[in-house]
Amino acid sequence: MSDDHVYAALAEGHEDDTRWAYGTGFEDPLHGVDTAVPAGVDGAELAALCLELGDDALVSAQRLAEWTTRAPELEEEVALANIGLDLLGQARLLYARAGQVDGTGRGEDAYAYFRDAGDFRNVTLAELPNGDFAFSTARLLVLSSWRLAHLQALTASPDPVLRAVAAKGVKELTYHRQYAAEWVVRLGDGTEESHRRMRAGLRQVGAYLGELFEAHDAREEVLAVLGQVADTAGLPVPEAVPGDGGAGRLGRHTEHLAPLLEELQSVARAHPGATW
Amino acid sequence: MAMTAEQAVPSAAGGAGEEELQERFDATIARDQRIEPRDWMPEGYRRTLIRQVAQHAHSEIIGMQPEGEWITRAPSLRRKAILFAKVQDEAGHGLYLYSAAETLGVDRADLTERLIEGRQKYSSIFNYPTLSFADVGVIGWFVDGAAICNQVPLCRSSYGPYARAMVRICKEESFHQRQGYEMLMTMMRGTEAQREMVQDAVNRWWWPSLMMFGPPDDNSPNSARSMAWKIKRHSNDELRQRFVDMTVPQAEKLGVTLPDPELRWNAERGRHDFGTPDWDELMRVIKGDGPCNAERIERRRAAHEDGAWVREAAVAHAAKQSGRAGSGAERGVAA
Repeated sequence: MSDDHVYAALAEGHEDDTRWAYGTGFEDPLHGVDTAVPAGVDGAELAALCLELGDDALVSAQRLAEWTTRAPELEEEVALANIGLDLLGQARLLYARAGQVDGTGRGEDAYAYFRDAGDFRNVTLAELPNGDFAFSTARLLVLSSWRLAHLQALTASPDPVLRAVAAKGVKELTYHRQYAAEWVVRLGDGTEESHRRMRAGLRQVGAYLGELFEAHDAREEVLAVLGQVADTAGLPVPEAVPGDGGAGRLGRHTEHLAPLLEELQSVARAHPGATW
Repeated sequence: MAMTAEQAVPSAAGGAGEEELQERFDATIARDQRIEPRDWMPEGYRRTLIRQVAQHAHSEIIGMQPEGEWITRAPSLRRKAILFAKVQDEAGHGLYLYSAAETLGVDRADLTERLIEGRQKYSSIFNYPTLSFADVGVIGWFVDGAAICNQVPLCRSSYGPYARAMVRICKEESFHQRQGYEMLMTMMRGTEAQREMVQDAVNRWWWPSLMMFGPPDDNSPNSARSMAWKIKRHSNDELRQRFVDMTVPQAEKLGVTLPDPELRWNAERGRHDFGTPDWDELMRVIKGDGPCNAERIERRRAAHEDGAWVREAAVAHAAKQSGRAGSGAERGVAA
């Protein structure tokens, strides 16, 4: 490789290499998918569902981004960012679909940056602060198992766009769940301290299961995963507390969502009319 | 785990005397061939490489911080995804480089300790603050651009694992550089306030970026030996000149001014003349008195120390797993 001109040098040689993190290997999940609202589908209902799932994904991605430069090991920096990027990608597709079918023609950023906390429909478990690595991985296990079941069901949606987004998400969430399960087992089984922390993490997460099952009843799938993982980790299976009607889905949030959104939206709102 | 730099010297001596080994090593360098981990190498070469590769790895990891601050605040979902992925790439670069350093007989955990204790350095550029979102674009354009100038020649470095890591890293850095520049182009087409943000960021990052190439050649104590060993292929001043020549037309196209009244084209040399960076400032930042040195190290220390119980748990679990596998008591989920 000659280095007389750095950019020319970079272009040499490795054209056939598909392992680079850019340029190749990406598929557009909506390639060839008809974006018209199918007959018999209510656009407003479809948009509401897209926003619920989009908000879960965006808020989770924001919390995962907060781990950046704070993870316990470099491999975890990379993995948590991967998961955050997958969820951010899902949020963008879902918001875009909401804008197509709710009649407003809004783009993804309108939903992410110009709605207030009361308009967000994410489940409250997603918005809780990260806590320690045990809580974060316990939450990831529960949320990814639940979302995986939800998206699996949506691969049969009458809307072809949602079907395509769900199919893409199923592959991603299968990895997220596996990653989280491995850490729940490691920490449950590892040392006295990690066991204590993971036990506390799972207990804390358990208090939000009721709300999740109200929003989408994946009780069977989620409890089966939790049971298997907790048993392997030598931990008690968290108990599902009955929900009070799905607070996050009704726009009733904890005190943690507003500051999360304030940070997320701060630059966009400070520059109305700007293009980025 | 606690291996030190002085242990685990690769020993492929095969009975040959020191003098003969040195001759073989010199011949390999002279033929522009690669030194590989199992080859004999002079102690000074190994130590110089450990210092350089570790410093490079540390720079990738500390370099996640100034831009990482803006992932949660990026003003569009597209920019958020781009920035998140870029900072993730830097963690990946850190991993490749620590792995390359480990082939020289050091341990990642040990290198991290040295960073946190201030015994090893990282690039001085990351001790400057990121004050607006435009800084993200300017860092991509200048800092990744300067990194490319520095690092593309390192793809031909004499040490094999380092050279190979650099090939992959340079490709990703060049992608980051183009993304940064594209973002600035978009901002320059936006509002007046956005154009001012870009110019302000350019004004703040220009001189520190020129300092990334290190002190001038007549005051660069390690350069000559590194060049003789072909660890390094061009002098600091030569690389700095290349960066200036490459960046000036890009600044013109973008519509920003570079904050150097002495900057002008020299037709005779066929290169740009430019002013002298404040070398005292560089020395202060390298010695630890930059605007963000303490903050950067503190964040790295906190992450490392807060994560200690997680790493200990992973080690304990792995040990229990292999014990159980040995006694045939393996259970359900693979972890």
